[in-house]
Amino acid sequence: MAKGVTLKRVITYAWLSFRRNGWLSTATILVMVLTLFVIGGLLLVSVIANTILNDLEQKIDISIAFKKGAPESAILSIRRELEALRPVREVAYVSPEEALAAFRERHKDDPTVLASLEELGEENPLPATLAVKALNPEDLGEIAKFLEGKNYPSVEKINYFENQKVIERLSAAVRGVRTAGVAIVLILGFVAVLVAFNTVRLAIYTSREEINIMKLVGATNWYIRGPFMIEGVLHGGIAAAITALAFLPLVWFASGKLIVFLPGVNLSSYFRENFVEFSLILFAIGIILGVGSSLLAIRRYLKI
Amino acid sequence: MIYFDNVSKIYNANSVALKNVSFEIKPKEFVSLVGPSGAGKSTVLKLLIAEEQPTEGRVYFDGTDVSSLPARVLPRLRRRVGMVFQDYKLLASKTAAENVSFAMEAAGRTEAEISETVPEVLALVDLADKWTNFPHELSGGEKQRVAIARAIVNQPDVLMADEPTGNLDPVNTWEIVRLLQKINELGTTVILATHDKQVVDHLGRRVVTLEKGEVVRDEAKGKYIINHRNG
Repeated sequence: MAKGVTLKRVITYAWLSFRRNGWLSTATILVMVLTLFVIGGLLLVSVIANTILNDLEQKIDISIAFKKGAPESAILSIRRELEALRPVREVAYVSPEEALAAFRERHKDDPTVLASLEELGEENPLPATLAVKALNPEDLGEIAKFLEGKNYPSVEKINYFENQKVIERLSAAVRGVRTAGVAIVLILGFVAVLVAFNTVRLAIYTSREEINIMKLVGATNWYIRGPFMIEGVLHGGIAAAITALAFLPLVWFASGKLIVFLPGVNLSSYFRENFVEFSLILFAIGIILGVGSSLLAIRRYLKI
Repeated sequence: MIYFDNVSKIYNANSVALKNVSFEIKPKEFVSLVGPSGAGKSTVLKLLIAEEQPTEGRVYFDGTDVSSLPARVLPRLRRRVGMVFQDYKLLASKTAAENVSFAMEAAGRTEAEISETVPEVLALVDLADKWTNFPHELSGGEKQRVAIARAIVNQPDVLMADEPTGNLDPVNTWEIVRLLQKINELGTTVILATHDKQVVDHLGRRVVTLEKGEVVRDEAKGKYIINHRNG
């Protein structure tokens, strides 16, 4: 007996059964579309949440303001000391001149601010600063403590102590959001898988007589399973394609709304750049869901 | 060829299907298995294709203990045993010819073999003109002949018929019985489970009588004799 003949037959049967059970196939695909929609939605939301959190983490730093006239060499030696610390990611030096230029640039459309600057004449009101960023925002407290302990004479103010509470609350929030996100994905994913599995089980239940007769005429278990597995691939694949396409207009619409609240997040362009990857993930989940549900559901009918 | 060695099948304390049953069936025999409903006829057939496992004793097919066979090789055993049922068990969504070729496909035969054999077998059961009909378009006797065609298309060593004439009128019953005799003459062992007295008496072949799960009579040229008739 030729393996090719059997494979061809299994595929033909899968296609026949898929077509003849039109409504059941449609129902299964629809449930899978909903499942994949939930999973895809969660995937996008987690991408947005991560982008925002990373963005915020980038912004958390310790800013050290120096006294007027503090020698640049002293500032740079403190910078070198800080850079040698393990939890420090980078230390940026902003001289008073650079700070002033940035300030002018930021307020170039605000004549009141510029006018008050002019009143000061040649005097530069802005101090030199060092901005310290940590590899992990939670370590900023330790770095601040180090600075405090050194008690550098040229340092005017360490603004971490002012922001300490805010920073701590934010890092707690970041941790909480991540944990909750994982939990939500797991719970919703589990519900979705159960619904999809039960739909497939119903489809196989209608074929139980056929399965029974196949066993009696001496069909092997793989010969019986094969068509159902290929149907699972078809269901999962079609559902993934529908879901991926349905996300296109949805993301475009949501992106317009989102950009108002979160200027840093361009969901639409992110989605377009990662569309292939996103679709592949949906296809993989869809096919695993379809085939897995079929295998589980058919198991009890193959026992005899 | 088939040997039941002291076989018991006990579902639970109140439901004993078979008690210490022993008998042997030789190749090319035609054996009627008779007894009232619930006597254990169907259990004997199920044990033979390993659909059920004996509680005690062993069932041998061609020298192999079928209850010890791993599930993986059961399909090969089942291809050597054709099965016919009272309710035909045809697939409603397939035509007569498709129902027959289905069994060959499941056994892994090539398209060429199938297109050659199926018309031959349908002609053998006298259905050459009905091969495109669906089961609901066929009479009870015709359906049973399709089922027999399906059972013999893989050239099994044994044909097991479980009450094949239970739903049929006398005319169709005789057609099916004659067909079974013809298949037996062509060299296939036939086991006929029935409680139709006229059929058994007419055959004049070996009869194994079961009552309440025990073999009470085993005669080479038997008659249908049952003490407590309720079937």
